[in-house]
Amino acid sequence: MALVLTEEQSMLRDSARGLISDKAPVSHLRHLRDSKDPTGFSKELWHSFAEMGFAGLLVPEEFGGSGLGFMEAGIVMEEIGRTLMPSPFLATSVVAASALNRGGNAAQKSEYLPKIASGSLLATLAIDEGAKHRPLQTSLQAVRAGNGFKLSGAKALVVDGHVADLFIVAARTAGSAGERDGLTLFLVNPKAKGVAVERTIMVDAHNAARIELSNVEVNADSVLGEVDQGAALLDGVLDIGRGAVAAEMVGLSDEVFGRTVEYLKNRKQFGKLIGEFQALQHRAAELYVDIEITRAATMKALQALDADVAKAASAVAVAKARAGTTATRAVQEGVQMHGGMGMTDQFDIGFFMKRARVCEELFGDANYHTEQLARARGY
Amino acid sequence: MSDTESAELETFRNETRAWLEANCPPEMRKPATSDADVFWGGRNAKFSSEPQRIWFERMRDKGWTVPDWPKEYGGGGLSAAEHKVLRAEMARIGARPPLSSFGIWMLGPALLKYGNDAQKKEHLPKIAAGEIRWCQGYSEPNAGSDLASLQTRAESDGDDFIITGQKIWTSYANYADWIFCLVRTDPTAKKHDGISFILFDMTSKGVSTKPILLISGYSPFCETFFDGVRVPKSHVVGQINRGWDVAKYLLQHERAMISGMGERGVGRPLGQIAADSVGTDAQGKLDDAMLRGKIASFDVDEAALAACAERAVDLAKSGQAHPAFSSAMKYYGTELNKRRYEILMSAGGVDALEWESERSKQGARPRAWLRTKANSIEGGTSEVMLGIVAKRILDLPGA
Repeated sequence: MALVLTEEQSMLRDSARGLISDKAPVSHLRHLRDSKDPTGFSKELWHSFAEMGFAGLLVPEEFGGSGLGFMEAGIVMEEIGRTLMPSPFLATSVVAASALNRGGNAAQKSEYLPKIASGSLLATLAIDEGAKHRPLQTSLQAVRAGNGFKLSGAKALVVDGHVADLFIVAARTAGSAGERDGLTLFLVNPKAKGVAVERTIMVDAHNAARIELSNVEVNADSVLGEVDQGAALLDGVLDIGRGAVAAEMVGLSDEVFGRTVEYLKNRKQFGKLIGEFQALQHRAAELYVDIEITRAATMKALQALDADVAKAASAVAVAKARAGTTATRAVQEGVQMHGGMGMTDQFDIGFFMKRARVCEELFGDANYHTEQLARARGY
Repeated sequence: MSDTESAELETFRNETRAWLEANCPPEMRKPATSDADVFWGGRNAKFSSEPQRIWFERMRDKGWTVPDWPKEYGGGGLSAAEHKVLRAEMARIGARPPLSSFGIWMLGPALLKYGNDAQKKEHLPKIAAGEIRWCQGYSEPNAGSDLASLQTRAESDGDDFIITGQKIWTSYANYADWIFCLVRTDPTAKKHDGISFILFDMTSKGVSTKPILLISGYSPFCETFFDGVRVPKSHVVGQINRGWDVAKYLLQHERAMISGMGERGVGRPLGQIAADSVGTDAQGKLDDAMLRGKIASFDVDEAALAACAERAVDLAKSGQAHPAFSSAMKYYGTELNKRRYEILMSAGGVDALEWESERSKQGARPRAWLRTKANSIEGGTSEVMLGIVAKRILDLPGA
């Protein structure tokens, strides 16, 4: 498979870019932030996303979706990254849809997937508990109670948590924190008794929440996948999320870089365009190379996911690690090269820096994924 | 790709896999560990082993020393997709390139684009068959990064040029049969406009070479002197005084070649090599947390660069590549290879310091480490590469 977009993929990119740049430029995020919008994203735009087939992009056609692959999901994520558009696409259409499609039984799939494809159901994965992404450290308890389970514990950085209609909660049904065995995924209704949701306003003005479960009762049908054997399902779903976030970071980095190079070509000091200074030229060139390499690594990871999710872990670790360091560099250089203007809220560059920081933590930062690669290679 | 095309490609893959299994000797399925393991061809070529000879001859007979060159010039005539399959299948079993050659990596692509029919027919088949070994006459003592200021002059004398001057850093000039060389044919023109690209035999009267001892203790480079060397004008590739176009095109290929140096993704992982000397803790982790982190970061970057190299080829084949992209790859690939050897030296500790002993294979590691320092100088320094990216890709002002 060539690491270039096919004609169909280019068309998908163009239509995503057309919609997103037209309806959701950075000013859209700025408006949602400044107006303290209670939803945190535009429902109208999400409706358009569904109409264009993006909401159900990964949902199989038999459940009303487009049945496309992770490469295509990455293309949409990259365009989202360019304008920082707040959208349920990541949490609902990529992560939750994949969890349901890969782990769900027939009843679960036919109940939820068509609603995701039509844009009428928002869902999200609740995974992180501590300050850092450590899936195996999950300690939210699920104890058997009658025909079902009772869930107790807390989750953080639940994307779209305060607007979701469905939580997919990683819980421990056996063993202790740190062990692979004993993890189970549960479908939890946010309105169920014992669920408390606190919207957390984040640095990047995107949606996130902390949720707390106190003896929340779920029945046996709420188990997604197999009891105690959720780790493998979770690995795959998280890798899909990581690939998607890496693609968002590539879009974000590329956009920041483009804006910065434009600034270098227009800003004058000492009677010259600052882009004439070799000190800045070389830094810009290094950043360009970094972004191109990260873009290729991310395409490679998305292709690997399309080929076989279970075998994509190393390619995904490389992509997410690279995306983290590259985006961090891109936004730092972006602010620095914009000088004082880069420090102002009025200029958009700061929005990119803030979003990059959140993307870096989402599903594991560069250190985490570099460590994973070292372990996979046995040293 | 249509179903028929992908079915044909699958057939090609199966046939190729079977052929390689049957024809690649086991000894040729591991990385080269010394210079003798690399076959360069040429009039005086000697094989260092029987498997090396067998492997070379079988690949040559299939045209697979240059798989994507046209068959009429001794190539394999493979399509881009087939060539990619062959590379993947060779990588799968760790097969070495059967022939290393500046003729293949540098001159060949330039001749295919700029050479006339007679030149292509004369030189390409001999490159493909490993009969003639080439060297590159580019740099001069006063023309390094500023290559276009070169002074070696070629004066017109009837149907010939008389060439006088000096080249430096000519790789393996002392082993080469022919040279592709930049010479000044019009000293009055602007510096880029008076240069020609010319080919001649290194046994011509007036050519001499002198190896340069490097910090590695080896002499892969030479000074090369031309004292009134007579060369027919028909040996100029492209137009007289338009050699800079050929030179630049060739440099793109040279940079792609250098960026691919180093043993990317073959052999044992760097972390395991390091474990041999540094040791591991109770969990099997390298017993030096800082070094382990450096290696892991290196592994991330190396895997990402490999993806980018693959993508660069795919972009080129679909006509979407920026012509200066090889400069970006050259910059990153060479800096990464230097990082690799800094890690190997650090991992090897005292053992990596031995310069002369059987145990150290005559100081193979420290000598290779020192050799890598040239990677970011030869073929255009890292700073020149970044300047090219800034000017030609980013279109920054005044660069």
